[in-house]
Amino acid sequence: MALETEKNKNLNYSDMSEQVETDLEQNFRVISPGRMVAKRFFKSKLSIVGLIMIIFVFLFSFVGPLIIDATWGYKETQVFRIERNSDMVSSAQFNGPDGKQYTYYDKSQTLVLFKAPPSADHWLGTDTSGFDILTRLMYGGRISLTISFIVIFLETFIGIVLGGLAGYFGKWVDQVIMRIVDIFACLPGLPILLILSATISSIEGIPTEHRIYYLMAFLTLMGWTGVARIVRGQILMLREQEYMMAAETTGIKVINRIFRHLIPNTMPQLIVSATLGLGGVILYESTLSYLGLGVPFPRAAWGSMIALADPSKGQEILANYPNMWVPAGVLIVITVLGFSFIGDGLRDAFDPRMKR
Amino acid sequence: MGLFDIFKRKKIEGVDDTMYLTLREERRISKENNRIIREFERAKNRKNVSEEEYLTQMRDPSNVVEFDNLHTYFFTDVGTVKSVNGVSFDIPQGKIVGVVGESGCGKSVTSLSLMQLVQGPTGQIVEGSIRYQASDGKCYDITKMPRDRMLKIRGKEIAMIFQEPMTSLNPVFKIGQQMDEVILLHEEGATPESARARSIEMLNLVGIAGVEKVYSSYPHELSGGMRQRVMIAMALVCNPRLIIADEPTTALDVTIQAQILELLRDVKNKINGSIMFITHDLGVIAEMADYVVVMYAGRIIEKGTVREIFHDPKHPYTVGLMKSKPGRHMTEDRLYSIRGQVPNPINMPNHCYFYNRCDKAMEICSKDYPCMMEFSPTHQAACFLYGQNSLEENLAKEEGR
Amino acid sequence: MWKYLLKRIALALLILFGVSALIYLLSMLMPADYIDNQTAAAVQSGAMTLEDVQHLKKLYGLADKSFGGIVNSYLTWLKSTLSGDLGFSFLYGKPVTKVLSEYIWISFIVAFISYILEIMIGIPMGIKASVNQYSAYDYTVSVFAMMGTALPSFFLAALLMNVFAIKLGVLPLQGLTTATKLFSPDAHFQIFLDKAWHLVMPITVLTLLGVGGIMKFTRTNMLEVLNSDYIRTARAKGLSERTVIYKHAFRNTMIPLVTTLSGMLPGLFGGAMITETVFAIPGIGYMALRATQQGDIPFIMGYNMFLSILTVLGMLISDIMYMVVDPRVKLS
Repeated sequence: MALETEKNKNLNYSDMSEQVETDLEQNFRVISPGRMVAKRFFKSKLSIVGLIMIIFVFLFSFVGPLIIDATWGYKETQVFRIERNSDMVSSAQFNGPDGKQYTYYDKSQTLVLFKAPPSADHWLGTDTSGFDILTRLMYGGRISLTISFIVIFLETFIGIVLGGLAGYFGKWVDQVIMRIVDIFACLPGLPILLILSATISSIEGIPTEHRIYYLMAFLTLMGWTGVARIVRGQILMLREQEYMMAAETTGIKVINRIFRHLIPNTMPQLIVSATLGLGGVILYESTLSYLGLGVPFPRAAWGSMIALADPSKGQEILANYPNMWVPAGVLIVITVLGFSFIGDGLRDAFDPRMKR
Repeated sequence: MGLFDIFKRKKIEGVDDTMYLTLREERRISKENNRIIREFERAKNRKNVSEEEYLTQMRDPSNVVEFDNLHTYFFTDVGTVKSVNGVSFDIPQGKIVGVVGESGCGKSVTSLSLMQLVQGPTGQIVEGSIRYQASDGKCYDITKMPRDRMLKIRGKEIAMIFQEPMTSLNPVFKIGQQMDEVILLHEEGATPESARARSIEMLNLVGIAGVEKVYSSYPHELSGGMRQRVMIAMALVCNPRLIIADEPTTALDVTIQAQILELLRDVKNKINGSIMFITHDLGVIAEMADYVVVMYAGRIIEKGTVREIFHDPKHPYTVGLMKSKPGRHMTEDRLYSIRGQVPNPINMPNHCYFYNRCDKAMEICSKDYPCMMEFSPTHQAACFLYGQNSLEENLAKEEGR
Repeated sequence: MWKYLLKRIALALLILFGVSALIYLLSMLMPADYIDNQTAAAVQSGAMTLEDVQHLKKLYGLADKSFGGIVNSYLTWLKSTLSGDLGFSFLYGKPVTKVLSEYIWISFIVAFISYILEIMIGIPMGIKASVNQYSAYDYTVSVFAMMGTALPSFFLAALLMNVFAIKLGVLPLQGLTTATKLFSPDAHFQIFLDKAWHLVMPITVLTLLGVGGIMKFTRTNMLEVLNSDYIRTARAKGLSERTVIYKHAFRNTMIPLVTTLSGMLPGLFGGAMITETVFAIPGIGYMALRATQQGDIPFIMGYNMFLSILTVLGMLISDIMYMVVDPRVKLS
């Protein structure tokens, strides 16, 4: 007993609580905390489904193009000219001079090079420009996933820095930063993104390849406020906590304590919000691409592939070529849904209160 | 650091990793649990249960409630928690029975079992019976009663007062609404006016000043003591035969505590009901109870009249409890405390649960669980100090008979 | 409480000021504005010189793109905005306020109907899911809810159009009226029916996209309430499970629900840009998208400010409703 007290003296608060816990745990067996999270995560079937969906999309988007390139040796912008005849039949009825009704048929045949139907060579056919749709789906996924991960990373980084500054310094720093957060949170997202994208796409000095980087910057700009709020809230909460007060009275520097506790305390929340955010970024990106303001042609994007079906540009593709736009939509849904499932699963796993 | 900490197994010096369950064990446990839970839930959800199935006979007609070998288990992810593990005791008509024990010894779960309020689906009554003498003269086994039938007993014949007065009242309804609701539900022919009159009468009874004002205020406008009075008044509106008071004073100031206890005793006499009083405070028990039941790790280790328990405690744990109570006759400088801790409810040892903390432990204590020894018709304790009969032998003998 | 409210209003005004400055700066950065777009052809053919264009721009206060110039024109804009004048839309040839007041109603009707449908479907489903947590129903509802939030509106719209307008031919594809049908001007009922028929798909799209959020919100809040002490008290009173859930639990869940849902009300006037555009419904979202693509700066400014005001208004309504619904917040 004496020995143990001696040992305890060298340990700080959290270690002491660990010590007590071990005493309790010695006479039975429990699940380790990390495994508990993993267990709760995998207990939910939806999390597993989400994980499978995301793994599928990743393999499809990142490994798929490599296979295509290695096997057939073409990329997203390879144009295929596949000749086929397209019959156009129109008919009209009229009353002949003999009083009988006649039907007039006009059959014209045109040679079409693009819009090939699905075949063994092109599983999903080719689109209006003669690109292979399956390949473009892969490249579209690549760009969507890359954008979403970079944007979320930047958002989280900016959010942690600004939220951390606000929470840590408090007073006027907090006031200024939080008002900026309020203003950004109040901006109408889509219209502002439209203005920004329109601006970039019309500046001639910017090469089209670079537009994608600006797009990422804009998406980041619209999304960092959530993270900043989470981080600031956590710091404020930690400051209020009693063990913080205790630490303060013992003269331990507050900043050390905050950062020691902040990271493990905030990390679960940030992971969850980032996972759910990934889907959101993909939706924004595809919307902009749909409006022709996102990933620039001829690079592939899921959104612009669906835009082919826009009925304002004619109903032909919407009605007759579902192979051109349905797969892209399905992929968007799979990806966003996958991220939501994983995010939800993680939240339930991290938050033991929701345990049944 | 950070992210991976969550997934990293914490390495604590001196503790080997075998304290963690393996993945396979985990899976086995949850599979087993799901199977058991499904069975119990199915049994509970049966419809049109005939009354014969849950009608029974009281062993002693002067009792209101008889717990008989009650087992309530929680099927959790880390194993089965035997919260209540073979509890038998009686609550006589018009008496106060105190149930004492450390936190987590199963006293609250016992009372929730009586109300059929054990948090499902993980918590289930797996064995035993709770016989209840209803006001209509019939005797029911509550463990077998269907849910809809139980609704007629809850709140009307058995009422409950909870530990946390601050959170036990619905914050969005006025006090009056919450009290009237019980009357309108249980009393035939009650009108809103009569309910109101009754509620106000009850609020008066529990000694609330400015009854009209309290009647139309929201819970957050009252202090903790006031809210507990309201809870008591609410429990009383239907003249229950039994009030379960689950640590009703723990969350309150000491001065308020005394008032609430006084009130409960008064009230009991006025409605001529019984009280099952749950607490870990021996002082309260000494003041309030007629009979005492001492629980330890899901089992009863000693029961008797308040006199027997306080003046002639038999079980070393009870003796320890008495010693650790600060009092006027303190001769030593330090407060006595029982060393060690309660064994974890999962994987309970098959010997006396108090063995590793007991001053008087003998060899046999580490081998068997003792059966109840009788010292007087009311006084019993489970300890090998007073006889070598183990519980298993006893059970075997009873079965053989 | 009034002090708190005043503080919120002051904050809202501050936010609006910041938002307006930011939006103004951004839209001034748009390199090709409406005047450029309209005069491009004339300049090319030599009918107009670049000096003429500059002169035109000066007239509209768009010429000076230096920082000082933008600040100056912003202050001018702010002054006229505060007096209720949002300027003159180049594209639509009308005052911005007039365009707004003309086109928000159709947007509002579409949004409001789907808002009501979302509430009517989402709340009961959310309650049922929370009561049967981890059941098959709960899973189905959760998946359905997340599906709604994962679907891009333009894709869902395209699917519906493909099936109902083209394959089955039961619903009109686009627009608000049937161009080929002529109604006598006093056939109000037929005109109404025709319009309603055209709005079925847009409303369906908005409802399907929004219902998931409400469902999930209800479920989460309900679960939290169901685990609280006072629900145990209600059960101990002998109340039936129905009363416990629909009276005691739901009345508490109502607090976050009402505050959030009432906060959404102003936003209903904002229009659904993508959905309206896909279905060619002449609502405010459709008009705004066109204006943005054409660089109609006064309209863009006006519309975005309008949206920000709606957002801020929603926040204020939420705050006020919270005070009204939750008895714990004192009204004095």
